[in-house]
Amino acid sequence: MEIVRSQSKITADAVPTLPLYRSAPALEVRLEDFELFAIDRLRVLRGISDALSRGKKPEEMEKLVKDLWKANMRHQNASEVINKDIISHFVLRLVYCRTEELRKWFLSMETMLFRYRFRFESLDAQRALMGEFDLPYKAVSNAELENVKEKLGQVARSISQPLPTADTTFFKVPFEEVPDLVSGRRVFILKGYAYVAMNQVVSLVVTQFRSLLSKALVLTNRKWTSTIREQEKDRLAPIVEALSTSYIGPDYSQPKGCAEISIRDIDQIANSSFPLCMRHLFEKLREDHHLKHGGRMQLGLFLKGVDLKLDDALAFWKAEFSQKVGAERFEKEYAYSIRHNYGKEGKRTDYTPYSCQKIISSTPGVGDHHGCPYRHFSEENLRTALGKMGVSGRTAEEVMDKVRNRHYQLACTLTFEAIHGSSCDAGINHPNQYFSDSQKILQSKKNETS
Amino acid sequence: MVEGFSRRKLLSLEMAKGENGRDNMQIDGHEPRQANAVYEEFNANYLKAYYGKLFPHAEMFKWMSYGNDGKHPACDHSYFGRREFSFTLDNDIYLRFQSFNNATELENSIKEKCPVKIDIGPVYSVDPAKRHAYAQSGDNVFTPVERELVFDIDMTDYDDVRYCCSGADVCLDCWPLMTAAIKVIDIALRDDFGFNHILWVYSGRRGVHCWVCDGRARRLTNEQRAAIADYFRVYKGNDNSQKKVSLMGPVLHPFLARSYTEVLRAFFEEKILSGQKLFATAERFEKILETIPDESIASELRGKWMESRRSSIAKEDINVIRWEQLKHLLQSGKHKAQGLRRCVEEIVFSYTYPRLDMEVSKHMNHLLKAPFCVHPKTGRVCVPIDPEHCEEFDPTGVPTLSSLLDELNSGGQGAEIDNELDRTSLGKSVRFFRSSFLQPLLKSCKEDMESSYNRKLQQSKNSLNW
Ligand SMILES: [Zn+2]
Repeated sequence: MEIVRSQSKITADAVPTLPLYRSAPALEVRLEDFELFAIDRLRVLRGISDALSRGKKPEEMEKLVKDLWKANMRHQNASEVINKDIISHFVLRLVYCRTEELRKWFLSMETMLFRYRFRFESLDAQRALMGEFDLPYKAVSNAELENVKEKLGQVARSISQPLPTADTTFFKVPFEEVPDLVSGRRVFILKGYAYVAMNQVVSLVVTQFRSLLSKALVLTNRKWTSTIREQEKDRLAPIVEALSTSYIGPDYSQPKGCAEISIRDIDQIANSSFPLCMRHLFEKLREDHHLKHGGRMQLGLFLKGVDLKLDDALAFWKAEFSQKVGAERFEKEYAYSIRHNYGKEGKRTDYTPYSCQKIISSTPGVGDHHGCPYRHFSEENLRTALGKMGVSGRTAEEVMDKVRNRHYQLACTLTFEAIHGSSCDAGINHPNQYFSDSQKILQSKKNETS
Repeated sequence: MVEGFSRRKLLSLEMAKGENGRDNMQIDGHEPRQANAVYEEFNANYLKAYYGKLFPHAEMFKWMSYGNDGKHPACDHSYFGRREFSFTLDNDIYLRFQSFNNATELENSIKEKCPVKIDIGPVYSVDPAKRHAYAQSGDNVFTPVERELVFDIDMTDYDDVRYCCSGADVCLDCWPLMTAAIKVIDIALRDDFGFNHILWVYSGRRGVHCWVCDGRARRLTNEQRAAIADYFRVYKGNDNSQKKVSLMGPVLHPFLARSYTEVLRAFFEEKILSGQKLFATAERFEKILETIPDESIASELRGKWMESRRSSIAKEDINVIRWEQLKHLLQSGKHKAQGLRRCVEEIVFSYTYPRLDMEVSKHMNHLLKAPFCVHPKTGRVCVPIDPEHCEEFDPTGVPTLSSLLDELNSGGQGAEIDNELDRTSLGKSVRFFRSSFLQPLLKSCKEDMESSYNRKLQQSKNSLNW
């Protein structure tokens, strides 16, 4: 894949609707598209990941994947749709090849995406795709089918599927290739071979897809560490490195709508509408009159996002810090960085409020109070903190359960739902989203009562 | 065998003496701490002798080498050395990630450390003893690459369906549950999954272990292992909820249908029904009636059975009579409804279908106790069980540490060292292990090695020609 800065024309050979991403395409990609396409695909993958951790059923997943794909992967130019698909996939390969954990996530999300997209294809297209995979399996001959016909019928009836007819194609494959069919007893297995019906081949194809992608990711990682990272250190590398933790929801850097908040109401607002991470920082600041750098950044940018004006922000921080370090030292050492966050100056540094992804992946040290409490608190501390927010009993257990399964954002979402007595289907992805959703609910409740 | 019987009797006295340090014939599970120490010391001396004279070190090495200890150019000489062993010592010290380069190292270490328990783990990508050195390099170099597919079936998981004993105890009335489990799983592993090299081992107390050793089984991923474990699963809900069989769908999957007709139905009707007296009391038959979804049938049966309690002079077993009545009512023409016919099968499955410890099977790096270990609480040796004759296996007749040493001591002084094993009742078990499991396994390992080597040779030739 060739990446160019210019607006030059993109060219591509004809490719089927569902690409297998076997090799990087000979495409020219504009740098802007490189990043934008990747972010769009990331929205799809994160949507899938979120739905899975919420335990969505296969039927719901099918619809969700269809919608996500439609919403994000379109292109105003119809002929570019397939290019966008391929380019975004290969960019994310770079992004997600770099650690075991990233590879694992990407592999399962891409595989899931592929599984559902394959099912949307016509029977002919599915056959064509099987051909492309070079699957070494031949259809079982009629003579052989005759021997196992009764068993195949038995399996079909046991899973309430229509009985196979004379022209149902079956493939005989090592059972290892279709673990999902084996585990559900959805196939007949004889002497190590599973008899897979044509309408079940998605399992076969997915296994192939998964293993090819898994190998490819390891290779990409090797290439990345050995050459690409160095070669592209000024151009692609920063983009790639930022993408995996990038926040892709609405932009909260430019506060909009809602009533401006002033320092007078801030305690009350913190209590009603701050997510736990910010509430914790806020309380610590009030208590210690100090926060270390990580905490100042996380809370400071959040406050900017909820529309605390620069002057108010300065006054707010000063009121606390000067109690500890004195007004003079505050002006000298801290005021600058607060102005800076509200950013006239500065180069490529990110002064947008932190997203959940970024907060969750931070690594607070001793004396730090930033990070995501759902991830970084001990179970006991988290329980206490939840209790202070009025979350206890069964709800608290559900939250703890999500935490144990490392679904920190879902834990936060459950907390939000419990406190506000209202569901939050989109899930919490950003502290500022938590804040604005909370304000919206409180506002509408206010309107109802008045 | 009168002799054997008396020896066992003697042994139980000895074990009792050992366990609580007094001449007390009662054996219970809760020995006081101090007394336990006495027992363990006692045990440790016996164990030393056992490892010194009887434990089949060479066979274990041969097995775990899978043919890689030979001279064939395709042999992987690092193979055995990458296997994790772990030892539990008698003072509760647990040594993980032990590895050995050859048979002598393994044997010497076992004899020296005299572990009360030896566990076998996976073969790793690198020598597990040196895993820290590789950890520095960042990427996951230290990772399991091969592991037998294993199953662990424990009688305690059947406590809600056996009335003869509970917890750690087993007797000849409940052991058939294990026999049925072996049959169901063994047949499926061979006929469905196509595995051939399967070793069943008595766990030394109240259960059985299964080792599937075919190359294909050893190379399964965790996902594939989980798939096989799930294939065997018929209980819905998690382990905390009540064990409840749920057979969905209008007909049974061929595997379940075969398990039912070839194994479970007969075991239920011939062994479990009377052996566990499943219908003997109101409390017991109520448990079964609860599973019948049709209340009118349940109460019809209940009425019949409450009444018949008084007038039961019949010679036939009451359990059999009641089971026949239940079957007749549920399967008779007027109750054609699908759910009700399935109900008979569900009852049989509930009371006999194997209950696997799923986690053990699902993960490559789960450790499992090695065959021929001695169970520290019972003193029984973990001997192989022949799946073809598993109904003959008697857990209460398994050789124990002290019975074996008695056998050794009672032999004449003149006997050669070589025959020591054969002189004891363990000889039979080791011979079975060798001839029925190890030899066929090594033969097929050799063939696999040969054919994969030839294939590679052919490939390289082809590429040269090209
Ligand atoms: Zn019993």
